[in-house]
Amino acid sequence: MLEHLPALQVVLPLVAAPLIVLARSTRFAWLATTVVSYACLVCAVLLASRVADAGTISYALGSWPPPWGIEYRVDALSAFVLVAVSLTASFVAPYAQRSIAAEVDADRQYLMYAMYCLCLAGLLGMAITGDAFNLFVFLEISSLASYVLIALGRRRQALFAAYQYMLLGTVGATFYVIGVGLLYLVTGTLNLADMAERLRAVEDLRPVLAALAFITVGMGLKLALFPLHQWLPNAYAYAPSMATAFLAATATKVSVYVLLRYYFTVFDPAALFERLPTRGIFLALSVAAMIVASLAAVYEKDAKRLFAWSSVAQVGYITLGIGLANHASLTGSITHLLNHGVTKGAIFLLLGGVALRSGALSVSVASLAGLGRRMPLTAFGLVVAGLSLIGVPGTAGFITKWFLIAGALERGAWWVVAAIVLSSLIAVIYVWRLVELAYLRPPQDGAVRREAPAGMLAAGLAMAGLCVYFGLFTSVNVEGARAAAALLLRGGP
Amino acid sequence: MSALVPHFSYWVTLFLMIAGLQVLIARGNLMKKLIGLAVLQSSVYLLYIAPGKLLGGTAPIVAPGFAVYSNPLPHVLILTAIVVGVATLALGLAITVRIREAYGSIEEDEILELDRADGR
Repeated sequence: MLEHLPALQVVLPLVAAPLIVLARSTRFAWLATTVVSYACLVCAVLLASRVADAGTISYALGSWPPPWGIEYRVDALSAFVLVAVSLTASFVAPYAQRSIAAEVDADRQYLMYAMYCLCLAGLLGMAITGDAFNLFVFLEISSLASYVLIALGRRRQALFAAYQYMLLGTVGATFYVIGVGLLYLVTGTLNLADMAERLRAVEDLRPVLAALAFITVGMGLKLALFPLHQWLPNAYAYAPSMATAFLAATATKVSVYVLLRYYFTVFDPAALFERLPTRGIFLALSVAAMIVASLAAVYEKDAKRLFAWSSVAQVGYITLGIGLANHASLTGSITHLLNHGVTKGAIFLLLGGVALRSGALSVSVASLAGLGRRMPLTAFGLVVAGLSLIGVPGTAGFITKWFLIAGALERGAWWVVAAIVLSSLIAVIYVWRLVELAYLRPPQDGAVRREAPAGMLAAGLAMAGLCVYFGLFTSVNVEGARAAAALLLRGGP
Repeated sequence: MSALVPHFSYWVTLFLMIAGLQVLIARGNLMKKLIGLAVLQSSVYLLYIAPGKLLGGTAPIVAPGFAVYSNPLPHVLILTAIVVGVATLALGLAITVRIREAYGSIEEDEILELDRADGR
């Protein structure tokens, strides 16, 4: 049983989706989704502990040995991503019941759960597979499901946001598969470990460079690397609350994982960062994202879109660490996959509660006035997560910035340190706007004074609690990220 | 010409790729954008399939009298990619239908205009 954990990790949500569609019952759909989400978390934690004890796990799917068959390969990095994704899922699934009931038509609710399970299966599959083409298939499974999740939003803008995301996302995935095609033509293999081995012997570098460019732009679109982020603000703003929380916490992170996997284990990182202008490009784009997107957040009037802009800026932190490419900065990037996941997850979960109680189709920033009196617990959770976005010591966001600044200093890149500080200051502005509205302004006339339903509130607050937990007790997030960064820098899987 | 002929399939691939992207970006009609997307995806099918075929090669079934076989793997991969492409196109068309129902238009600039009128 235990040796089949890698397959179970993906198969459970993948099988749950068609079962939910066949059963057509909202209650069963929610139960199945919750059970599967927790089962995935158990699988991921078991896999992570086995990887920490015994090293990389290789699982030959269908008993076809790699490199001929599809290999599922769990190492320190993929185990970390698996835990991060399924941890988010285990908070979003129980939350979904009330949130979906309030936001989606009754006859479509079970489909929403089915799409969520498919999206989860795709994301976990992307993280676990060791096969380049299989990764593309999982990427498309998760993407197609997430387009549907977004399109199920209540306003008509959700449809157009989903359409735009679908166009750009498909172009991204197509670019990725073009890159894989070129690599396959050069190496004759699709197994990532095998491909890394054979790329070292390749003389003709031009197709490899083209593949690198296609994969970078393709995954850049999926992970919302500035300036390829245009799809993100609208998609997050108009999607149903639970979809926003889930996608914001996981989807872009898994795409970052794919980029890390290619950059550090398939391509030659020394050549990539020393002989090509990769570092300069990544640093410039990341700093631009951190500042421009944060400024956009300051001027935003819609609360969900405000935090969507902040997500673009936070992805900038993650790619900044990739650009610096040393142990400290990569630790920062990888731990931020989890830290930012819990932070944004908490914020969007709590905003979902606010939307539910206000009954409006969207949550404007102005409507948060007096939130501290109307929904004190929700407001408190939002402030805690907001502090983590800024990077106040004692929160998860601080841990990330600590490692990023350490990494930048190691490279002697003072201007990067300045950019991190500046971007944090801008974050103070938009988070303070929220604090001021919530605690120092009276509520608007006729605003409902009632906390969100217990299940939704508990999920949101628990995630906000994790922001603090990961900021104080770093044994899970930092140790996991350290091991993963060491693995990436050793070169080769 | 001598440079073009040996890489004929690559030139066709490249043309389809660029044409698809161009339609996708330059056209404002949501249907035409989807057509561009489909052309872009088709170019990838060609990119994979063409190198798998060897001149004079036969189907990869071991039989006496045949020494050269085509590589079946790219064809299998593209079978999967075609399924993915069909699913994407189906979803895109479905969303387009819903957009038409909700906005009464499938022209990008008219939709953006209506959104602006909504005052976001």
